[in-house]
Amino acid sequence: MTVETKLALSAEEVSSFSQSNNEPTWFANLRATAIEKAAELPMPKPDKTNITKWNFTEFPVHTVESAPFNSLDELPTEIKEIIDIKGQENLYIQRNNTPAFIKMSEELKSLGVIFTDILTAVREHSELVQKYFMTEAVKVDEHKLTAYHAALVNGGVFVYVPKNVVVEKPLQVVFINDNKEASLFNHVLVVADSNSSVTYVETYVSTVEQSQGQANLIEEVVALDNAQVTFGAVDVLAKGFTTYVNRRGHLKRDAKIEWALGLMNDSDTISENITHLVGDGSLANSKSVVVGRGVQKQNFTTEIRHWGKNSEGFILKHGVMKESAQTIFNGIGKIEHGATKSNAEQESRVLMLSENARGDANPMLLIDEDDVMAGHAASVGRVDPVQLYYLMSRGISKAEAERLIIHGFLAPVVNNIPIESVKAQLTKVIEGKVR
Amino acid sequence: MSTLVIKDLHVSIEDKEILKGLNLTINTNEVHAIMGPNGTGKSTLASAIMGHPKYEVTQGTIEIDGQNVLEMEVDERAKAGLFLAMQYPSEISGVTNADFIRSAINARREEGNEVSLMKFIRELDKTMDFLEMDQDMAQRYLNEGFSGGEKKRNEILQLMMIKPTFAILDEIDSGLDIDALKVVAKGINEMRGEGFGCIAITHYQRLLNYITPDHVHVMMQGKVVKSGGPELAQRLEAEGYDWIKKELGIEDETVEQAN
Repeated sequence: MTVETKLALSAEEVSSFSQSNNEPTWFANLRATAIEKAAELPMPKPDKTNITKWNFTEFPVHTVESAPFNSLDELPTEIKEIIDIKGQENLYIQRNNTPAFIKMSEELKSLGVIFTDILTAVREHSELVQKYFMTEAVKVDEHKLTAYHAALVNGGVFVYVPKNVVVEKPLQVVFINDNKEASLFNHVLVVADSNSSVTYVETYVSTVEQSQGQANLIEEVVALDNAQVTFGAVDVLAKGFTTYVNRRGHLKRDAKIEWALGLMNDSDTISENITHLVGDGSLANSKSVVVGRGVQKQNFTTEIRHWGKNSEGFILKHGVMKESAQTIFNGIGKIEHGATKSNAEQESRVLMLSENARGDANPMLLIDEDDVMAGHAASVGRVDPVQLYYLMSRGISKAEAERLIIHGFLAPVVNNIPIESVKAQLTKVIEGKVR
Repeated sequence: MSTLVIKDLHVSIEDKEILKGLNLTINTNEVHAIMGPNGTGKSTLASAIMGHPKYEVTQGTIEIDGQNVLEMEVDERAKAGLFLAMQYPSEISGVTNADFIRSAINARREEGNEVSLMKFIRELDKTMDFLEMDQDMAQRYLNEGFSGGEKKRNEILQLMMIKPTFAILDEIDSGLDIDALKVVAKGINEMRGEGFGCIAITHYQRLLNYITPDHVHVMMQGKVVKSGGPELAQRLEAEGYDWIKKELGIEDETVEQAN
């Protein structure tokens, strides 16, 4: 049986949502065009995962109202743990669809850094947002879900770092989901202007056990000439969501991006992390770790596409699969014609903890240029009995030895999360999941 | 005093019998060297004592002070006082050397009575200095990217931190240059004493110039065929193994080897 795609919101409802936000005309028009296209465009086709029966379009309600937090003391304990309450100078908290808390240091304000929720940014920094919002990295009409997202954006963040500004302390964002009816159409747009540098760390965390909503998340990072962006993310969304998360980088000359993604959703998830190395000498380092459990189905595509000469891309993906989880890891290094002296490397490894789990690693190198370097390594296997023996020979129990090996296997991302409290939370989430 | 007693040990790997009735008794405060040509079952003995999953004991007993070692899981053997410095230590990515050693120490202690971090770091620093190891090796991932010599030193570091009752050194000297060998020997000599016994498996006399054994055993065909004092090792160095083969009427000293 094929499910007929029914969009949950009409063009009129989209328009009235836009009006209620006092959005500028260009954004209202973008939504209007997008909702039309969403009806016609085909679904994306993630390689090796059939999503025709997944429900990406229906949800109980587009936007829920949540109370903001007047102070960080009001945060639930599990959220407080993610935040260095005293030390974190730059913080945005979104509660379901409501911007619930924001602060930024005076220093960054005086340097012209913009750090605000996306719908405020659309109004207050209209020209800047218009220039980059789904223009460079992700396009509205790529497929049904990008268009649907553009029409329904109801949260997210805008970051702009002006030319030559080095943001020393990380910007932290926490997306809290504590309403089971909430749907998240978050748009994150990070623009690092020439010679700037910024570290951005976000956490998606559900405090509800089971959700009925959609998570359709598009996050764009545009790094202009010689800009450096470190992007850390930890996703811990509840079961019940159908999650489509698209994190895309667009790098100009000599720009660099470091992705560290801890993908720990309990929902069925389609995740894409694509970086376009447009400029000569640009570099992307994409690291992601995944733990799949229960009857979850997930598909993770990491792609680095080389357009610029001397561009370098490194992909590392490590996944742990338990119970009956099914996961596909697509790793793609694509070197376009003309991207001479480029280097595309990738490593995908899957650790299987149960007979019924399934994990497939599909490394691909697509190369249209002769003068390049490329390599890949992939493996799917169980915990190595010789490693277990070695650890146990020092008196460590089998359970503890397995725990050490699994944490070690996921360490490449854990160790690269730039905020200690978020790193600790990721470790705790992994602990809880692999137990 | 503790005693490790191995009686009539038969061990197979993938249905091929490698050890064919080996007997050996060692006490604390003793160092035993086990020598022999390649392929005579020396490393199999080490793996069988520690409980390597690929080795099957088909007959015989191993006991520490009367406790049946063969009934124990690998970690229980370690907690009973056994330690194997391996010939090819595993590399474990993402687990730092320091965290690993601390877990190993804490595994021997009751919950709530773990070693304090400060005390642990002090002792680790001191021991690494003693073994002339770079301090940064504490924070490197366990054996990952270590040179052969670094791995061997790291085995001795674990030995000195864990302080087992009986250590088995499986060709700890292979692939070591003379300086590294001296350091490794210094570590083992530091451990010698009332509460510590050691089996050093080697096919080179060289190691025994630095660690003087109390007893020397020669293995052939999966058994101990000759035992003696340190002078036996010296004679082997001077004359090789042929005289023993002749004496015992052995033509082929090896056992069929898997791997």
